[in-house]
Amino acid sequence: MSRRRHRDENDGGQPHKRRKTSDANETEDHLESLICKVGEKSACSLESNLEGLAGVLEADIPNYKSKILRLLCTVARLLPEKLTIYTTLVGLLNARNYNFGGEFVEAMIRQLKESLKANSYNEAVYLVRFLSDLVNCHVIAAPSMVAMFENFVSVTQEEDVPQVRRDWYVYAFLSSLPWVGKELYEKKDAEMDRIFANTESYLKRRQKTHVPMLQVWTAEKPHPQEEYLDCLWAQIQKLKKDRWQERHILRPYLAFDSILCEALQHNLPPFTPPPHTEDSVYPMPRVIFRMFDYTDDPEVIFAELFQLPAPPHIDVMYTTLLIELCKLQPGSLPQVLAQATEMLYMRLDTMNTTCVDRFINWFSHHLSNFQFRWSWEDWSDCLTQDPDSPKPKFVKEVLEKCMRLSYHQRILDIVPPTFSTLCPANPTCIYKYGDESSNSLPGHSVALCLAVAFKSKATSDEIFSILKDVPNPNQDDDDDEGFSFNPLKIEVFVQTLLHLAAKSFSHSFSALAKFHEVFKTLAESDEGKLHVLRVMFEVWRNHPQMIAVLVDKMIRTQIVDCAAVANWIFSSELSRDFIRLFVWEILHSTIRKMNKHVLKIQKELDEAKEKLARQHKRRSDDDDRSSDRKDGALEEQIERLQEKVESAQSEQKNLFLVIFQRFIMILTEHLVRCETDGTSILTPWYKNCIERLQQIFLQHHQIIQQYMVTLENLLFTAELDPHILAVFQQFCALQA
Amino acid sequence: MSSGLLKALRSDSYVELSQYRDQHFRVRRAGPRGGEALAQNPATWFSPGDNEEQEKLLKKSCTLYVGNLSFYTTEEQIYELFSKSGDIKKIIMGLDKMKKTACGFCFVEYYIRADAENAMRYINGTRLDDRIIRTDWDAGFKEGRQYGRGRSGGQVRDEYRQDYDAGRGGYGKLAQNQ
Repeated sequence: MSRRRHRDENDGGQPHKRRKTSDANETEDHLESLICKVGEKSACSLESNLEGLAGVLEADIPNYKSKILRLLCTVARLLPEKLTIYTTLVGLLNARNYNFGGEFVEAMIRQLKESLKANSYNEAVYLVRFLSDLVNCHVIAAPSMVAMFENFVSVTQEEDVPQVRRDWYVYAFLSSLPWVGKELYEKKDAEMDRIFANTESYLKRRQKTHVPMLQVWTAEKPHPQEEYLDCLWAQIQKLKKDRWQERHILRPYLAFDSILCEALQHNLPPFTPPPHTEDSVYPMPRVIFRMFDYTDDPEVIFAELFQLPAPPHIDVMYTTLLIELCKLQPGSLPQVLAQATEMLYMRLDTMNTTCVDRFINWFSHHLSNFQFRWSWEDWSDCLTQDPDSPKPKFVKEVLEKCMRLSYHQRILDIVPPTFSTLCPANPTCIYKYGDESSNSLPGHSVALCLAVAFKSKATSDEIFSILKDVPNPNQDDDDDEGFSFNPLKIEVFVQTLLHLAAKSFSHSFSALAKFHEVFKTLAESDEGKLHVLRVMFEVWRNHPQMIAVLVDKMIRTQIVDCAAVANWIFSSELSRDFIRLFVWEILHSTIRKMNKHVLKIQKELDEAKEKLARQHKRRSDDDDRSSDRKDGALEEQIERLQEKVESAQSEQKNLFLVIFQRFIMILTEHLVRCETDGTSILTPWYKNCIERLQQIFLQHHQIIQQYMVTLENLLFTAELDPHILAVFQQFCALQA
Repeated sequence: MSSGLLKALRSDSYVELSQYRDQHFRVRRAGPRGGEALAQNPATWFSPGDNEEQEKLLKKSCTLYVGNLSFYTTEEQIYELFSKSGDIKKIIMGLDKMKKTACGFCFVEYYIRADAENAMRYINGTRLDDRIIRTDWDAGFKEGRQYGRGRSGGQVRDEYRQDYDAGRGGYGKLAQNQ
């Protein structure tokens, strides 16, 4: 009965309104869909689709104006590949509804200001380009566009601002010219010439210290590695000389010329670039990658993959993209890709180390999708070179990665016998107490005892009591109560446990978990941590992948800390393997874990603070005194978290300082030795090492920016060898 | 109001849930005889809430099911491949229930969902040990789920298939027994 009453209420109420809301939603979704889809494959021509859509939108302007404005601004921001399609659409709308055109221009300017304030510079470039193409569609008057560009380029006169800010405004101006250069020059050539002159003088006087750090190749042949603004300037100059003729840009508005030229244009309001603030973060400069004499799919993809400091997308995406392209173009792309690989191999000598890393990872993963088929004999030249030089090193690292994706015997099978010297070691465990000859080793009997204990599922306590009897070779008076640093105890325990758990990663992880307490106790001191890592390395030196996952686990379970890993990497035990890829993967992974840890605690602190703020607000709303007590607990938590954050940040800073310090030490050692011996400093080891230092700066530049003062005053001082100091100076130039 | 501008463009089909739902999935709840009613027998205690709950878990899961592995593919190989989309928290190899040997599937758990999503986008459908592997969202590992559910101890798909697959024990179990 109540149900019927409910129904009556509905009927008596405002059904009209309710139905209209859901209809409105449907229409808005429909408009969104129409706008997104225009320009895609269709039975009709683009022109008729645009005309049709313009008609539909015009009719909907009275009821859905703000929605349509928002949609168009969004596609301008997010769909740059369809720029001229949407500018033509706006042109048609403006021709039919002048007011709407004006409101759209205003909305775009608002959007541009927002994007700049939000540091969304890539989006902002698309918006500027969109505005400039609106000149071609008779929506915006050319003189007002020229005025905006004048304001952009006048940013080059600003003082006390980062160069990267000035750079961006010049970039936004230049990169719009392929679309609108012709029109602007026709209408306002004198003004444009002035803007060009100002641009040129800026480009001549700006600093380019950052270039060596961002180059993929250190050589200028066969293709120069141009700084991106210099490259763009050269291209625009050429385009201007060619009277702005080009054949890449689709211009649908040309078909509507008769309609559009009747339209009234709007003037852009005077646009002042938002001032530089503390929070402004501008895009980093780039060095343009050139591989072929003409641009081809693989070149574009490799250009992104090798971009420094980082590719726009996750590395693995490019591998999968190239695999998909090979499937779509099986007759051509695999060969082009093979050629590209060959070219990259030929130029390994001058390729940036970080880019070589990515090349190794890409190539090995790619091969694993194609049965590892490759003409290795073509690369036989590397067999006679110093194994530490780029080409043989590359092949070695590739084969090692290929093995990780398959198995040892497979690698031996896929390469010619001559390449066996470059094949990776069989990833077996090395147990020093394993054979008869180890009887004489100190601790041997304890090792055997431990092995028996582990196999009979002993507990941590039982292990502790076995280890108690191990003498300490370092100390005269061993503290029987506690466990001061005893390298022999660590040796027998870690060797035996890891050996027994060698079967798989899971087995090793279980072992670490089960005897976590023992590990923590033995590795309590800094020397203990270092020794655990050393022993683990001795056991698994044939299996770099296992080393990496064990280090990762040990950090995550706090058996060792990040600084210990950094010190271990620079220790003499690792000097033979210092330039191997796995070492750097471990170091960068360690730094990333440290960074994530700091972010996590900061987030916890922020959340607790927000909770407190909400509680306060509720208290002031409710005037409830009982929440005073709740406040106390929360405030205590916030204080604890604050301490935790500070301690984590300090640990993070210390990690970077340790790393930089060790780099400076080993590089200085090398430079001094070469000077004394009278040999060239430019050994493969040196090139590798200095680029690894650059890599630390580039990969983690945001965090390191915080330490600039300390680095300048403490480590990278004027007394430092200029070769090492140059790296620091290049880094400073990146955001200067 | 539409749920987000340009949702058509934002569609991320590689990350969407598939049609597959684990028929053994149950929300933990007390049975009439007290204690856990988590079914060993899938027929008992099924409730529509289970499907809803499973979907909820799938949408925020960091765990992937990986299928069509060779029986010989090792944990190390899986680690290497799946590390390309992010740090792995844990891998659990799928085992034949009787033999306790690898039977061609595993679970890969990441620390963060974004890394699992990238695996769904870029690793799903590519090769491992020269086989095209398939990844799908998993509601989360529970003890017992590491075992194949086929009658012979391996996966169900290996019970009934008619083809010969050298990496998965040869012919399907039924075909072998014929």
